[in-house]
Amino acid sequence: MDLLVPILAAAVRSGTPILYATLGEIITEKSGVMNLGIEGVMLVGALTGFGVTYHSASPWLGLAVAFGVGAALCAIHAFLCVTLGVNQVVCGLALTMFGTGASSLVGRSLVGETIEGMRAFPLPGLSEIPLLGPVLFNQDAMVYLSFGLVFLLWFFLLHTRPGLKLRAVGESPIAAAAAGISVPTVRWMATLFGGGLAALGGAYLSVVNSHMWVEQMTSGRGWIAVALVIFGIWHPLRSALGAYLFGGVGALQLRVQAAGTSIPAPLLLMLPYVLTVVVLTGISIRKGKGILLGAPAALGLPFHREDRD
Amino acid sequence: MRIRIEKRFDSPRWMDWGLPLIALLLAFGAGALLLAALGVSPLKAYAEMIRGALGDGYGLSETVVKAIPLALCGQAVALAFTMLVWNIGAEGQLVVGALAATAAVRFLPSENFLVMVTLMTAASALAGGLWGALAGWLKAKWSVNEIITTLMMNYIAILGLEYLVYGPWRDPTSLGFPLTPIFHEVARLPQFFGTRIHAGLFLALLTALLLRVVLRWSRWGYEIRVIGQNARAAAYAGMATSRHIVLVLFISGAVAGLAGMGEVAGLQGRLQPGFSVGYGFTAIIVAWLARLNPFAILAVSFLMGALLVGGDTLQVVMRLPLSSVQVLQGLILFFVLGGEFFRNYRLHFLKREGDA
Repeated sequence: MDLLVPILAAAVRSGTPILYATLGEIITEKSGVMNLGIEGVMLVGALTGFGVTYHSASPWLGLAVAFGVGAALCAIHAFLCVTLGVNQVVCGLALTMFGTGASSLVGRSLVGETIEGMRAFPLPGLSEIPLLGPVLFNQDAMVYLSFGLVFLLWFFLLHTRPGLKLRAVGESPIAAAAAGISVPTVRWMATLFGGGLAALGGAYLSVVNSHMWVEQMTSGRGWIAVALVIFGIWHPLRSALGAYLFGGVGALQLRVQAAGTSIPAPLLLMLPYVLTVVVLTGISIRKGKGILLGAPAALGLPFHREDRD
Repeated sequence: MRIRIEKRFDSPRWMDWGLPLIALLLAFGAGALLLAALGVSPLKAYAEMIRGALGDGYGLSETVVKAIPLALCGQAVALAFTMLVWNIGAEGQLVVGALAATAAVRFLPSENFLVMVTLMTAASALAGGLWGALAGWLKAKWSVNEIITTLMMNYIAILGLEYLVYGPWRDPTSLGFPLTPIFHEVARLPQFFGTRIHAGLFLALLTALLLRVVLRWSRWGYEIRVIGQNARAAAYAGMATSRHIVLVLFISGAVAGLAGMGEVAGLQGRLQPGFSVGYGFTAIIVAWLARLNPFAILAVSFLMGALLVGGDTLQVVMRLPLSSVQVLQGLILFFVLGGEFFRNYRLHFLKREGDA
């Protein structure tokens, strides 16, 4: 118990940045747009969040600006993929390259600096609950916000009319357009919102977790988020479990390393990537056995004007 | 004024080379804005890049040196992309190829140059091929998303490289530096003209020729192109898509693995971390800019090699990090993608409603 609680609490903390990115990608993909630029957008978010917090001493401002910059960056993706209808896979890769490069280039002067960042904020009362309290309610405000966001997005997607419209656009853009929904508008908004959340996840890493900016500090978390969307079958609640599972692996691996093990560090660091492949294979095998999965039917397919005319 | 968008049924020939050229110019233009915003003179930066990469014999030879792995990896990803299989794992396959070539030198040493080079070539192609085919097998059998698996396997391969050079394969005399011992003379590919251009160049040229011929003239190549253009039609025609996926990713990985062998046996003479500066990722731009054409890939990889050498010059002369090259690469890909819209569509600017 003494060992379990800190590990579970750390799992939630290190799963949170992945969770934000995963939730964002779910919204984007539900509209039929695949954004493989998450890794780059997270890095830009991490740098923006850190830089703004460094200059303003306000972590909240840093996080908010990161959201805005992430959304603005994804306007490139939306313009090319939604408006011009180019290949979404390649465009996402371009976005990752650009984001990775731009964050390193612009962030040079901030390497080595530290900020106060955001501190833990135990929720009065709730944090006293045995086990659940210290794991879930002795965290920072961004963790609580992510709990809310998971339920909010779940409710939005499955129980509201705008959520239905979003899913319709991702399942059958032709039918959605015939019903009077503007497919490009919905896809633009979903792409911008998803990018904002991914940047927020990146900013969590620098502003809340480490209080530093390090080049390529996301180290593949953006890609893991893309995999978790599939693992979570495009469902916010399931994806949250996946994010905490990966957070747990990361936390565990850090602890094993700190405890001084004979296992070489590179082999421990492989764990999350190996786990991603294994988990993705597992879910794909189950899909083969006929379990209904939530992949939007029009995912990755551009909606051309002439299809509508 | 209204704009009407109309689909083209065939694009003018000049667009094949004209659009990528315009895309390159626009990308450098956008990059200039970013550099200027950072307080760096873009004109000076670009002049230094051109001077460094193309200005003298040394720069040109270094550009070719970097073009070799880019061309091989470019062919690797282009082959997979032709079938709409997204192999984002060329970087990992290249690393695994380098590991296998090093393993051949370590565990199967030979005194004979031809035997040693054959062993290294076979080992690197087999290892890279299997690394790619694993993702292919998962995709063919259970439709596991190959974008994610190939990407994750990049991280795994690079960490495997670190494990080996920091651990069991480290040169005991390296004073703690993460390096393997230097390869024996017979395990080195020859270099030419007193430059660092090595025999990997022939592998790159040969691969381009072979892939061009096979893709253009063989039944196998035809099926791959059909699957890429219309998977459903291919399935109705009875083409064995699953088998093609595994084989294409095997060949793709093998070609990238050869690039890794060229880097360790032709260039560095030993294995060390960070020997690849993301060739496998830059290869994606090479393939797309060349529109997946094996011969065009050769030309474009020279161009991208120049960009990398220019980036090295920027690092030395203007203290700009190599990430500035990555920014340019991302921009180039954005504009190339945007340009494809104009290949497929024509814009009509209408003065009044009802004009046609």
